Amino acid sequence: MPSSPPWTDLDSASTRPLHPAAREALLLAHEHGYADPRRLHHAGRRARQLLDNAREVVAACLGARPDEITFTGSGTEAVHRGLLGLARGRRRAGPVIAHSAVEHSAVLHAADFSAAEHGTTTRVVDVDAQGRIDLAALEAALAPRDVAVLAVQSANHEVGTVQPLAAVADAAAHGDVPVLVDACASVPWQGLGAPWTVAAASAHKWGGPSGVGVLAVRKHARWRDPSPADDRGDRRALGFEDVPGAFAAAAALQAVLAEADETGRRVAALVDRLRAEVPRLVPDVDVVGDPVERLPHLLTFSCLYVEGEALVTALDRAGFGIGSGSACTASTHEPSHVLAAMGALTHGNVRLSLHPGTTDDEVDRFLAVLPGVVARLRAEVGL
Amino acid sequence: MSAAPFGGPPAGAVAVDAELDCRGLPCPAPVLALAKAARARGDAAPGTVLAVVAEDPAARVDVPAWCRMRGHDYLGADVAPDGVARHVVRLGGAV
Repeated sequence: MPSSPPWTDLDSASTRPLHPAAREALLLAHEHGYADPRRLHHAGRRARQLLDNAREVVAACLGARPDEITFTGSGTEAVHRGLLGLARGRRRAGPVIAHSAVEHSAVLHAADFSAAEHGTTTRVVDVDAQGRIDLAALEAALAPRDVAVLAVQSANHEVGTVQPLAAVADAAAHGDVPVLVDACASVPWQGLGAPWTVAAASAHKWGGPSGVGVLAVRKHARWRDPSPADDRGDRRALGFEDVPGAFAAAAALQAVLAEADETGRRVAALVDRLRAEVPRLVPDVDVVGDPVERLPHLLTFSCLYVEGEALVTALDRAGFGIGSGSACTASTHEPSHVLAAMGALTHGNVRLSLHPGTTDDEVDRFLAVLPGVVARLRAEVGL
Repeated sequence: MSAAPFGGPPAGAVAVDAELDCRGLPCPAPVLALAKAARARGDAAPGTVLAVVAEDPAARVDVPAWCRMRGHDYLGADVAPDGVARHVVRLGGAV
């Protein structure tokens, strides 16, 4: 009997394993940073030191000031509180939450929540076929001067297209509109170079521990906490921070960004190869996302006539873990709002996201098995 | 949406040669049904107008995407008498 093939994770955009630097920092911080950082005794002061250090490191990595950084329980929490806090702080400026059509569902759900609970309205800004925000549509969306907050991601989590944030910030600046930048997808590769009023990131996506998000709020931002008050030192923190988690997240971020230029160039070349080879080897494939202005590690394509779940399962069996934006399990399931907004094929969707350590050999093997897997699934449905 | 996958109704009166019923079926059933119907027509396919009736919300994106990828014309969407969406396409040269 042949041995089972080696298994390769090509789903780093979902999460990365813990970075060795984070593992080390986590152990250290569990030993020395377990105490309540608000306590004035010895153990409390040590925990405070680790938390302050984590804040400084993350601030430096993201181009922020340390007092602009708050650790949250997740990237989702950071997005929710970032958006709702800006909407609350700008209530008198207008009732509208505007966002691009391809934002993460965390933004969409926060906007829905705000509409239901606080009577805001939501204005969706179109994107082009690459998933890039339409700047003319953005101007039109901001023109009525009733927008409290604009949410535009740094790069798309499903297709990798990088958003023109400098131009977005220029457009928003005319009306003094604050911009929430969901940077969860791009921080592991590019930090946060673009302008933002409030930014959100998630540690497990760069090899930090899960359960740690980052909410960054500019000093000048009119952000008002949308949550009940808490008595803790950081006015944006909710409850007792995960000090070891934050410390480990900071260590991982520093380590990952130190090598991001080099690893980014390497995986970008592998993605270029996949992007050229997949449509050559597999007929009837829709490769989506911008070929150049994109995250280095991500490639998304959709295969006609195949269910996304079937592809995930078959590729898993062939030794590859991949993501899919398809939802073909019921006749009423909505397709990926990202792919739909781009007019891209929504079924048979495959999202490959390489890790910093993904090898040429792993890409070779993926390209070797993909055509057979797709052909077999098509044959099963008679095409 | 600027990428405009959600067309309006077909312009003018279009005579539909065949209507495919995909009510209650999940994606990608509507596109599969279209592809099989197109293939079954062989050399007679070009110019044929097919309609597919489906609740599948992915169809409003995937039927136009299929047309774009396979060289067919997406003529638009209307509704069947029971209120279910109906997508109309004209087959091109390659099926």
